[in-house]
Amino acid sequence: MFEFFKNLDRRWVFLMMGFAVIVPILVQVKFTETPTNLARAVFNEFEKLEPGDKVLLSFDYDPASQGELQPMATLFVRHACEKKLKLYFMALWPLGPQMIDDTVRNVILEEYNEREGVTPLVYGEDYVNLGFKSGAEGVIKVVVTNMRQLYTTDSRGTAIDDIPMMDGVKNIRQMDLMANVSAGGGGTKEWVQYAVTPYPDDITLVAGCTGVQAPLLYPYIPQQLPGLLGAIKGAAEYEALVNEKYNPPVPDDPKEAAKWQTRYERYTEGVRRMSPQLFGHLLIILLIVAANVIYFVEKKREGSS
Amino acid sequence: MKRTVPLFITAAGGFILVVAYFIPHTQDWGEISLIWFDIIASFAMILGGGNLLKIHLSKVSDRGKGWAFSGVTLAAFILMLIIGLSKMGVHPNDNYPGFAWSGNYRETGAPFWWMYEHALKPLTATMFSMLAFYIASAAFRAFRAKNFEAILLLGTAFIILLGRTAAGVVLTGWMPERLSGLRLENLTIFIMTTFNTAGNRAIMIGIALGIASMSLKVLLAVDRSYLGSGD
Repeated sequence: MFEFFKNLDRRWVFLMMGFAVIVPILVQVKFTETPTNLARAVFNEFEKLEPGDKVLLSFDYDPASQGELQPMATLFVRHACEKKLKLYFMALWPLGPQMIDDTVRNVILEEYNEREGVTPLVYGEDYVNLGFKSGAEGVIKVVVTNMRQLYTTDSRGTAIDDIPMMDGVKNIRQMDLMANVSAGGGGTKEWVQYAVTPYPDDITLVAGCTGVQAPLLYPYIPQQLPGLLGAIKGAAEYEALVNEKYNPPVPDDPKEAAKWQTRYERYTEGVRRMSPQLFGHLLIILLIVAANVIYFVEKKREGSS
Repeated sequence: MKRTVPLFITAAGGFILVVAYFIPHTQDWGEISLIWFDIIASFAMILGGGNLLKIHLSKVSDRGKGWAFSGVTLAAFILMLIIGLSKMGVHPNDNYPGFAWSGNYRETGAPFWWMYEHALKPLTATMFSMLAFYIASAAFRAFRAKNFEAILLLGTAFIILLGRTAAGVVLTGWMPERLSGLRLENLTIFIMTTFNTAGNRAIMIGIALGIASMSLKVLLAVDRSYLGSGD
């Protein structure tokens, strides 16, 4: 047995990790999240805004990190819709526009605009997708002073001057809040360095990022980055806050309850994805402990012989 | 000439940006030079595409190891390029119906959208999700409490791993309020905001000083290594 674990084939490890991830997804285990101060700060920055205020949403990620970042992108858009803000989307990553399309379809077109008694959001009047521009830091440095130099059309090819909500918008310093979803280089760090740092009084930035990026962004908290959602955990915490405030109570009628479930289930992805993460983490700890036990037993044997 | 012109462009671009940052009246100069930068960045994509073609075409022609993968890469690249550039299956923009190519290349249902949705998206997501398996395997093979530093690292890793999940709350949620700082989720925040931040700030300041010194060397043409080794 000892020899088996000592020379454990990595395929067994892969199999265990597969089970640790798949089983909680299939069983749909969910745990309650207690929001931390950083998630509360993100939530509060949105809550401070008034209907009609402008929010810039930069989606700097691609499908590779969609599993980790999509829940917070979804929540940013939902929160902005609930607050009736004007949404300006842009992307520093080539596949960002597709991420924007997916999120707009999921939140605005398939959910928010379908609600009864809600004035549907109209493209060009309530939200606009400015699309992707190459250059990352270069793009940031231009849009903080004069975005019209760079953006002459939106991502659909419509001239900027023909888009009603772009009237009077010269640069991103006119935005009341900026929310960034970032998967790496050309993301939150660059927004902090090239947009927030030169104009600290004009630009307020909150962000959601991957787990590996979060430690690198902590030094910017709270002056340059008031709120940060780190990985799925951050998304789940923010989700708890948004859902608590904006989800209507579950109807008593089973049919209506089923409809409610279909409508609002899309806003529980963060919590849903936390359970595979929990079991994945537990497995890693178990493997480290087992490996160390083997290491010390072996060392003891070597010492006694 | 071949070296002087790039050196001059670099120095001019760099100094314009420095001046534009400190003197508001020269802000426009900075914007113009950055737009030039964006144009060059777009050309870099063409250069990247050309380089990809060159490397993989030579692999296929040499029939080197794994040449079939290069063939797949080339086929996928060329297919996506043709579909995307020609805007195959895309309807004209409602505002400009007379212009066949005015539509959105990402239009739902178009071949480009289909390739993105059913090939690129699942493939890249699969690549990223494989990290979990390799991390588990690496953790089993590499993490050993061999000395004091390794024990510290292991202890911190355990706290973060548990504190970033519901396990932290389950294991230490019972602690009374006066000891709440010792709860795993709070310990995680403490480690991230104190030790991690201090370490990262030190590294960042070091990097920033290095970048400033390196940039000056490049702008003043003291360091010319970015131009390549020679003619």
